[in-house]
Amino acid sequence: MLRLEARATPSKAMSLLSPLVALAITVVAGIALFALLGKDPGRGLAMFFVEPFRGAYAVSELCVKATPLMLIGLGLAVCYRANVWNIGAEGQFVLGAIAASWVAMQATPDSSHWIVVPILLAGVLGGMAWAAIVALLRDKANANEILVSLMLVYVASQLLNYLVYGDWKDPAGYNFPQTITFADATKIPRLFTGLRVNIGFIVALLSVAAFWLFQFRAYAGFQMQVGGLAPAAARYAGFSSRRALWTALLISGGMAGLAGAFEVAGPVGQLTPYVPAGYGFAAIIVAFVGRLHPVGILFSSLLMSLFYIGGELAQSRLGLPKSLTGVFQGMLLFALLASDTLIHYRVRWQPAHPSHPGGRPAA
Amino acid sequence: MLRLELVDISKQYPAVKANDRVRLRVEPGQIHAVLGENGAGKSTLMKIIYGAVRPDEGEILWDGRPVEIRHPQEARALGIAMVFQHFSLFDTLTAAENVWLGLDKAWSLADVTRRIGEVAQAYGLDVDPLRPVHTLSVGERQRVEIVRALLTKPRLLILDEPTSVLTPQAVQALFVTLRKLAAEGCSILYISHKLDEIRALCHQCTVMRGGRVTGEVDPRQESNASLSRLMIGAEPPQLEHRQATPGAPVLTVDALTLARTGTFGADLADVSFELRAGEILGVAGVSGNGQQELMAALSGEDGRARPEAIRLFGRPIGGHSPRRRRREGLHFVPEERLGRGAVPQLSLAHNTLLTRTEAVGRLGWIDVGRAAALASDLMARYNVKAGGPGADARSLSGGNLQKFIVGREIDAAPRLLIVSQPTWGVDVGAAAQIRGALLALRDAGCAVLVVSEDLDELFEISDRLVVIARGRVSPAVAAAQATREQIGRWMSGLWNDAAASHEEARHAAA
Repeated sequence: MLRLEARATPSKAMSLLSPLVALAITVVAGIALFALLGKDPGRGLAMFFVEPFRGAYAVSELCVKATPLMLIGLGLAVCYRANVWNIGAEGQFVLGAIAASWVAMQATPDSSHWIVVPILLAGVLGGMAWAAIVALLRDKANANEILVSLMLVYVASQLLNYLVYGDWKDPAGYNFPQTITFADATKIPRLFTGLRVNIGFIVALLSVAAFWLFQFRAYAGFQMQVGGLAPAAARYAGFSSRRALWTALLISGGMAGLAGAFEVAGPVGQLTPYVPAGYGFAAIIVAFVGRLHPVGILFSSLLMSLFYIGGELAQSRLGLPKSLTGVFQGMLLFALLASDTLIHYRVRWQPAHPSHPGGRPAA
Repeated sequence: MLRLELVDISKQYPAVKANDRVRLRVEPGQIHAVLGENGAGKSTLMKIIYGAVRPDEGEILWDGRPVEIRHPQEARALGIAMVFQHFSLFDTLTAAENVWLGLDKAWSLADVTRRIGEVAQAYGLDVDPLRPVHTLSVGERQRVEIVRALLTKPRLLILDEPTSVLTPQAVQALFVTLRKLAAEGCSILYISHKLDEIRALCHQCTVMRGGRVTGEVDPRQESNASLSRLMIGAEPPQLEHRQATPGAPVLTVDALTLARTGTFGADLADVSFELRAGEILGVAGVSGNGQQELMAALSGEDGRARPEAIRLFGRPIGGHSPRRRRREGLHFVPEERLGRGAVPQLSLAHNTLLTRTEAVGRLGWIDVGRAAALASDLMARYNVKAGGPGADARSLSGGNLQKFIVGREIDAAPRLLIVSQPTWGVDVGAAAQIRGALLALRDAGCAVLVVSEDLDELFEISDRLVVIARGRVSPAVAAAQATREQIGRWMSGLWNDAAASHEEARHAAA
């Protein structure tokens, strides 16, 4: 019988290395998967780990996809560290996109470029409002935030459908379920001409620094962390668990909403039913692979972005199904959780039936 | 023939040699004390006998035959039962279900429940088999463990510090039980560092220090001083207890009545007492009688109290948060060190931030260097052995973490310090240091409230005593005038004149 036995002192080095170990396992499993699918594993891996870095355009696309993942993942990490389980970032992302779109649709051809600021603010507020429902129900009705936040994802996507199939449908859009293409002024400024990467990526990098400061240097961040690690100690210290709940949800909702705003006003340029691309869920993996640490999230969001792009390339160039992306993401998370478990526990082989004591003759 | 004999048992842990060629000889029907400070290797030795830890070297003889005990199940099959110092109960199950799980026999739950009642009755151990364990106090949990051990009708019973949570009368009752068990032929290994108890109860005593046996004596022939020399190599430091000079009232608790928050626990009923500057008021009582509830109401973790029911310097604070009370000079050391008094996964430096805000700047930024400096300073002044200010709280031993937490609160220059179980599970040296620090704080004019289940400790440091029983608090009595018998009687709730005189009449008649 296999048994897990707690280790006396979990290795610090291994807890930093375990994302790399998990990545290695994912790569090995990936090779096996390509071989089973009858494709050259070398070419398959190249789609995931070489092609996305070839040329400025490819790197720019990597950053475009990493931006929402990084923004959402940073917010979720704060939540999870405070033991608040918001898994509905996707819904908050959608509400951010809807709110930002409403502001963007008010723009006229003479609007100033500064309209980008209210667009982004609207996104933040939209995400916060959606997360506030979760906080309110948790606070007042003690409703489980995991369920509420997840269910609100589906409500959000129905709301999005209602708008783009209804009132917000572009009258000149051949009855496609989408809004008008936003005015040029609303476009999030790009960093380089000809490349889609925009200031959202810079904002995400600055957020990494800001969240690092919040988590490790701010008293408010410390209080939330204590609340997550040891609720009795937080009560003893007098740190408010309600404030931690609200702060965690508003921060993560706001970040998801911001990501939604960058998405509609950036690469997409209009609101469509295809705006929610699963970033909100993928960011959960990003947060954990990044060890809930802002710098870790910077790297893990780039890695996840790699998987997205690799999956698309594998589809277009090798004729593999696009769901390969999800398989890779899932394998990575699985391998990470497994390595984490082995940091804290060791596997022991134990005979299933211990022999009877006492009656045994002396050895 | 000896019931149990250990020959040259050694156990090496990564950092420390816990047992070094230990010999132990226990006769049938003998009550055998194993005496030593925390860290002397007693617990490791007991775990080896119980099969929870395997020795590196040495031999175990049971009834004269060499045995290998690889698993507690094998130990139980031999007839060895153990009551652990740290309880091994499942929180979400009831007392009866826990006992049931620990038995290797095929009894029904109803059978077990009935038998718990019988054993509890026979040995005077008050246990409600149907209560979930998470609602039980530390003392009640220990009683469940003792009952569980007795149910198996053991031939060797190991008790690890069993009396720390009992009233003096209950200790006497337990001794009667243990003597009866011994007379029936059961051998008892009695682990303790309480010298009086060992001298009163045990037939033989093996003294350990630093993993080695330093003496095998008949405790009835020894004095406290001679045993203490064997145990710590010196006589225990004596506390200097000067006469208190109480000042103005600091804490006034006035008719505090508070319903319990869970299904179990104690309702606080009409609790009133007063604490003055420059005195130590001890709160005696068996755990589970409202201590936790009273502490939560005083610390602010439970903010439901009527504002006027708790007054600090005459100002009502019943509804204030813990942080606000701290700003007003009230500091608190809770019973649980890990998870409440300190966050296990955070460094000592970060743990200073729970109750201290020196390192928090005006804009809410933490000055990490200052927090580390504060932690280093506390470690140096309160003699805390740890890897440094960056060491996780959970890496410290119980005694060192307690010194750190007590130091953290004393260093904040409180005007009222409330301490719950200041020396629970702390070795003799650290305990003396903590008590000394509390007395010094009192002499500096601070009001100190100490809740403890250790009567010796309360008599040692308190100026006045109150007793808490079933959520009610007795009138205060000067410690110098109180007797252990009187306090013990009060611990059963009998302090009303009528009840007390009735009791005395009964005693007189007997």
